[in-house]
Amino acid sequence: MGIFNLIKLALRALQRNKLRAFLTMLGIIIGVAAVIAMMAIGQGSKESIQSSLSSMGSNMITVFPQSNQPMGGARMGGSSFQTLTLADVTAIKRGAADVRNVSPLASSSGQSIKGGNNWPTQIQGIDTGYLEIRQLQIKDGIMFSESDVASSAKVCILGQTVITNLFPNGENPIGQIIRFNKIPMQVIGTLVPKGASSFGQDQDDVILAPYSTIMKRITASIYIQQLYASATSAAASDNPTKEITTILEQTHRIREGEDDDFQIRTQAELMTTLNSTSSMLTVLLTSIAGISLLIGGIGIMNIMYVSVTERTREIGLRMSIGARGIDILMQFLIEAIMISITGGVIGVGLGLISSQLIKSLAHWPILVSESSIILSFLVCGLTGIFFGYYPAQKASRLDPIEALRYE
Amino acid sequence: MSKIILHIEDIKREFVMGSETVRALKGVSFNVNEGEFVTIMGSSGSGKTTMLNILGCLDKPTSGKYLLDDVDIMHLNRNELAKLRNLKIGFVFQSYNLLPRTTALENVELPLFYNSTVTSEERKERALKALQSVKLADRADHTPNQLSGGQQQRVAIARALVNNPVMILADEATGNLDTRTSYEIMSLMQDLNAQGKTIVFVTHEPDIAAFSSRTVMLRDGKVQKDTSNENKRVAKEALESLPVSDDY
Ligand SMILES: Nc1ncnc2c1ncn2[C@@H]1O[C@H](COP(=O)(O)OP(=O)(O)OP(=O)(O)O)[C@@H](O)[C@H]1O
Ligand SMILES: [Mg+2]
Repeated sequence: MGIFNLIKLALRALQRNKLRAFLTMLGIIIGVAAVIAMMAIGQGSKESIQSSLSSMGSNMITVFPQSNQPMGGARMGGSSFQTLTLADVTAIKRGAADVRNVSPLASSSGQSIKGGNNWPTQIQGIDTGYLEIRQLQIKDGIMFSESDVASSAKVCILGQTVITNLFPNGENPIGQIIRFNKIPMQVIGTLVPKGASSFGQDQDDVILAPYSTIMKRITASIYIQQLYASATSAAASDNPTKEITTILEQTHRIREGEDDDFQIRTQAELMTTLNSTSSMLTVLLTSIAGISLLIGGIGIMNIMYVSVTERTREIGLRMSIGARGIDILMQFLIEAIMISITGGVIGVGLGLISSQLIKSLAHWPILVSESSIILSFLVCGLTGIFFGYYPAQKASRLDPIEALRYE
Repeated sequence: MSKIILHIEDIKREFVMGSETVRALKGVSFNVNEGEFVTIMGSSGSGKTTMLNILGCLDKPTSGKYLLDDVDIMHLNRNELAKLRNLKIGFVFQSYNLLPRTTALENVELPLFYNSTVTSEERKERALKALQSVKLADRADHTPNQLSGGQQQRVAIARALVNNPVMILADEATGNLDTRTSYEIMSLMQDLNAQGKTIVFVTHEPDIAAFSSRTVMLRDGKVQKDTSNENKRVAKEALESLPVSDDY
């Protein structure tokens, strides 16, 4: 019997038991919809983490101060340790070959004021190389220069959020004098907006200024909070990490076997961690969805056994007029595949709809990939074949005489 | 004498049921010529159905020789037997065995679906012709539950005819029908026989056997008598002679 006739036959058999076919499909429908939605959530979050991380600069290296003393009592937050100084920056600048740019970060929170408007924000004291390290760009005006750093000039660059709050009427901020913690500073440039980071932080709520200015006039400390560096290439971030470690261990006089009083994090490392977390999430969610597909498959197997038993006489008749075992096998197998594929189509539709719902209601990042749809269809087809095969084979092996006599 | 369609020699069929062996056929031999109308008779349990299943290639004998249209079926596998059934045999059952919720035409088409040399147009055409030959062309779109028992059996006969078999096998084909309808079926069988179809018809009613040209009598798995019927009744005449008061 031709495949076209077999499909027609299967469709008709399903049509006769519409409700039963639908209920059987339900397991597959729910399973596929779940797979699609879960993969969309998993891949969406992975994608959004990746894009925001790479927008932060994919070859960025950060050094944090850290305690190397065994601690009793309460643990202190990382930023409260004071181990990094400008000497470290100079040493890295001089000694690390695979590092392109180095910048200290001396930051402080405080109130920024312009006329009657004020805005609580953060000022970051940095070196000129910081823009390259963080992949920041100047929108209007200019970046401060080496000589501004040398002279601790009272100049600054504003992020978009600060501009919006200090200049609500849309005046041009360039050339204006603002105050940060009572220190007057001239605005010489603005930053291209970056939006929120993958951790939900507003990256535009910031003021940049020469680190010398901040350390002298605001933080009044020889220590810096962080140290930023960029590797010459994203792929080679292993090497610079080693270089920086060696240099800092020297400048900090850390003996062999002693714990470091600093901690290095690379963007690549962070990305791998986050990626593996979100992959694990995807695998977990998808396997839960996969289990419901399995249950759907068992449902198909069950109903196909019922169908074979119900139609024993029909099978006997078909055999008596010349159907071979393979004809009978195909008839039932195609019926099972039709159930699972139809369930798959409905399931994909439902999965797409629910993904969109999750996106618009819960505002989660969603990414429906073609591969997840193709995969679902493939799994559905295989489910149909796998779970439909045994009942179909049972049918094909019936003895025609006994099948004809079946009550 | 015309060609031998069916040749069986010392056919035995044993069913093993646990420790017991039921010997349904104990060595049956006979020939059927092309164009013959043979009835197989015998009491219940004498082995008629077992015999017919073997003749129809639904079952294989335990031992013996069977040539169908010069083909030795003893050496054929399941698929080859299926093909033989599809091309050379038309089956008619006591309980019609039509597919429910399927139109008469589609039921008749069924054997041709399993013959890949028949195109879909040819299939429709041949099925309609077969329905015409049992005078049910006007019921082509009716499903079995819209047809009477006699009509259903005629659809089944059309289905048996559609593949142009070398012989038609019927097992108690009139067993579920009243006298008048039985005679109508027999009249149809006689028409087909007159057109040259070989028919082997199992029955246990002597008045049905009277319409055939030869009767093989089975008893306890053996041929008891094999007689040709000199004065065979004509079913059309028998129908006319039935009292009209039968329809009350
Ligand atoms: N599949 C089987 N397994 C075991 N015994 C069987 C089987 N089929 C038939 N028999 C036995 O073989 C013998 C002949 O049975 P068969 O059905 O051929 O009789 P029959 O002449 O057709 O009878 P009836 O007129 O009642 O239909 C019986 O004794 C029956 O019990
Ligand atoms: Mg019988």
